[in-house]
Amino acid sequence: MMVGQALRDQQRELTVFRSRLMLAGLGIVVAFGILLGRFAWLQVVQREYYHTLAEANRISVVPVVPNRGLILDRNGEVLAANYSAYTLEITPSRVPNVERAIDELAGVIEVSARDRRRFRKLQEESKNFESLPIRTRLTEEEVARFAVNRYRFPGFEIKARLFRSYPQGEVASHAIGYIGRINDADVKRIDDAGLATNYKGTDHIGKLGIEGAYERELHGTTGSEQVEIDAGGRAIRALARQEPVSGNNLVVTLDLKLQKIAEAAFGDYKGALVAIDPRNGEVLALVSRPGFDPNLFVDGIDPQNWDALNNSPDKPLNNRALRGQYPPGSTVKPFMALAALEYKKRSPEFSIGDPGFFTLAGVAHRYRDWKKGGHGTVNMHKSIVVSCDTYYYGLATEMGIDAIHEFLTRFGFGQRSGIDIEGELAGLAPSQEWKQQRFKQKWYAGDTVSVGIGQGYLLATPVQLATAVAGLANGGIPVKPHLLKAVQDSKTRQTREVENPVAEGKPVVKDTNLALIRAAMVDVTKPGGTASAAFAGAPYLTAAKTGTAQVVGMKQNEKYDEKRLKREHWDHALFVAFAPADNPTIALAILAENGQHGASTAGPIARQVFDYYLLKKEVPVKPPPPPPEDDTGDDEHD
Amino acid sequence: MISRAFEFLARRIDGPLMAALALTLALGITVVYSASGGGDFSRVFSQGRNLAVAFVALWVFAHIHPQVLMRLALPAYVVGLVLLLGVALFGEIRLGARRWLNLGFTTVQPSEVMKIAVPLMLAWYFHRREEGLRARDFAIAGVILALPVGLIVRQPDLGTAVLVFASGFFVIFLAGLSWKIMIAAGAAGGASLPFLWTMLHDYQRKRVLTLLDPSQDPLGAGYHIIQSTIAIGSGGILGKGWLNGTQAQLDFVPERSTDFILAVFGEEFGLAGNIVLIVLYLLIIVRGLMIAANASTVFSRLAAGAITLTFFTYAFVNMGMVSGILPVVGVPLPMISYGGTALLSMLAGFGILMSIATHKQLVSS
Repeated sequence: MMVGQALRDQQRELTVFRSRLMLAGLGIVVAFGILLGRFAWLQVVQREYYHTLAEANRISVVPVVPNRGLILDRNGEVLAANYSAYTLEITPSRVPNVERAIDELAGVIEVSARDRRRFRKLQEESKNFESLPIRTRLTEEEVARFAVNRYRFPGFEIKARLFRSYPQGEVASHAIGYIGRINDADVKRIDDAGLATNYKGTDHIGKLGIEGAYERELHGTTGSEQVEIDAGGRAIRALARQEPVSGNNLVVTLDLKLQKIAEAAFGDYKGALVAIDPRNGEVLALVSRPGFDPNLFVDGIDPQNWDALNNSPDKPLNNRALRGQYPPGSTVKPFMALAALEYKKRSPEFSIGDPGFFTLAGVAHRYRDWKKGGHGTVNMHKSIVVSCDTYYYGLATEMGIDAIHEFLTRFGFGQRSGIDIEGELAGLAPSQEWKQQRFKQKWYAGDTVSVGIGQGYLLATPVQLATAVAGLANGGIPVKPHLLKAVQDSKTRQTREVENPVAEGKPVVKDTNLALIRAAMVDVTKPGGTASAAFAGAPYLTAAKTGTAQVVGMKQNEKYDEKRLKREHWDHALFVAFAPADNPTIALAILAENGQHGASTAGPIARQVFDYYLLKKEVPVKPPPPPPEDDTGDDEHD
Repeated sequence: MISRAFEFLARRIDGPLMAALALTLALGITVVYSASGGGDFSRVFSQGRNLAVAFVALWVFAHIHPQVLMRLALPAYVVGLVLLLGVALFGEIRLGARRWLNLGFTTVQPSEVMKIAVPLMLAWYFHRREEGLRARDFAIAGVILALPVGLIVRQPDLGTAVLVFASGFFVIFLAGLSWKIMIAAGAAGGASLPFLWTMLHDYQRKRVLTLLDPSQDPLGAGYHIIQSTIAIGSGGILGKGWLNGTQAQLDFVPERSTDFILAVFGEEFGLAGNIVLIVLYLLIIVRGLMIAANASTVFSRLAAGAITLTFFTYAFVNMGMVSGILPVVGVPLPMISYGGTALLSMLAGFGILMSIATHKQLVSS
């Protein structure tokens, strides 16, 4: 009975166990079925989707930055080039304590105080995840030394990069400009122009001069590389590559040799010179003194150098050729005379007797000639040769300011010359309307008198003056000065010349009138003319006009006395000229700040420039003489 | 001579089970090689050493008579429980969890021991009460199970707790726990979920939430699931080929040689590979269930059934979590994942199965 009960119990237990086992087996089949369903869903139905995700995971497209185009002068001399060098860069977001890491780095390779300052400045200007250079131009030995210690510096990376270099240093710096790191304003401009894709990976951009103006030509087209990356973002291997297209080389109109001679000719003088080929508007030399070394800007300028450049009283960063607005002084007289001929307000023969001053009817004030006692009988020709002020006081008064304004505008005064680099200022060719708008005042007759000798409200930039003079030189056709001569494909070397904008121009003055003025300007450089000393013995004919612009106003009975004035209040010296006068190939305008005498300070600069350009004569550069102790030169002083 | 040696070695070995195990383990080694990047044999060698040790354990356990095992069940359980208490009081904290106990000469993870000790203990208990089980017996069984599981949850080690609980529950289930109680317990468990939720650690809650929506935390907790699903899905039907999985080889799959090795396998061998693996697992499980069904004592039956079902649980939980239908709980893929501890306890379990299979005639009197 007991045994039977036990057996039955055992039997029952076994049945329960086996049925439960069957149930479990069924559960297992269902569970594995669910898993298989899941796998089929992922691996069959959704396979494409996950395949795409996996590819997106492993493939990263990295930009390949194109080489920037070179900048060459008209003879192929290199003005801006690239070189490859190692930099050591830090990604600040990946370094817990950047300052300490740099201290530690200083124990491995040299890190100067300047490097640190520059890095700190970059860090302030950039986002934290950007890679910023702490050291540039590492030597092979430094690279090796860092590589050994690399493990100590997470977030530091050696990179081989192309650098911009300006082998000519300060020479032509204002024309060439420079590149610098892309800042927020640049990013916005790039975005607005729809070029964001092309600037991926690029961290420098042209800021000024040709580098800035022709950024699009120079930059090139960014390529790309598909690389396989691992989960840590390290590149494992390249899968495909679209080569970048290097930027175009730019051939500029500058003649490096001429530029150097012109810059050296300035000596210690500040100022500007613009030389233009009057036949086509090509800028042969563009000087703004003092210059600066554009190489300082390439890696990001350090605060010390920046302050030095920015706060210097000499304002080396100011492009005087484009942005310096000066009274043109007597250099405007040929244009005044030409205007009077065009408007038939003067015949060439008309003469005045110059008592040494001019008065307006009913006004006691005397407008003095620069020469005490006057020049005697003066006709138009003589008025230019000796730079008679009295002649022009009367001439301007008779023409009236609005006629002067209209005529000067024909030669480009008061408007931007349109030179192909940025930052140009417009100068000022005043008119009644202008004064009313600007000062809410009516125009007085006395205002016109001083405009007649290039003073008063009249202002011009050196590039404007040079452009205007080029117009006189080429027969009265307005030119548009430009610096770009040709664009060269950096790979095929195929060159595309910039079209000549002068060819279609029409003269804005009568030929016969212009001939009279040119003849007078030629006599300026002949014995008896104000610039005869500077051009004595020149084998070519030069047409020129000297000028002096007051920096401070004089009272009625005050005499200009340089010894009683601070140097920065000395008059500016001006000089405009073109040569050879019978078939001009070069026209220029020179401004020497506080140079006092157009003929003796600026004239010799022009002579050296012409001698080189026309005769290939390379005289040992002779700086202009320091201002003479007393005022006894044979040159004018108006 | 050779045949006698073979006979000595194979006397207590179950042929079909051994064959299925060997096939699965061989597959495992190939995947470990791929998961360690290819060309790097150090993990393969190290896993070979783990295998050697585990096979010795299997062989030893296969030679221990089930009756001896039954006698060892209670002491093993008690020692395990004491060790777990020791862990709770004096355990070492590693990676934020208190799981290891330093015994002076070695550190042990007592929760691993419990994966075998708990089912053996319960099987022993039901074996002793075989004349008519009552509700009270199941209540006591519940306490026997709840003590170690509770301690392991507190460590916290959810993965092991789930496995230990499963192993014990299978014994109770196979012993014939009434459906009424099971449903009632299930309902009570369901009702206590909100309470349990508050007991979970932050990272455990996050894992559950991440499972529901991995995209919520794509760089943190969701990263594991997202990357492993991408790996499996992109493998397609036939896979990208051995050593060619981009997700695996480029390090996008985390823990790719241990818990997430299925992602590597699924990417490189595709749906076809997954089917093969599931078939191999089924072979092992079917053979295990056959051994259980034919075992001659209550203890043997329950132990063999529980060990087999626990093995299934391992496989299901791991595959479920890697393919994104279960939370990430840190359970390795049995016989495939790199690592010695789980392999050791698993092959020891299969040793017990083989012992049960080969000793049954001797006790059937």
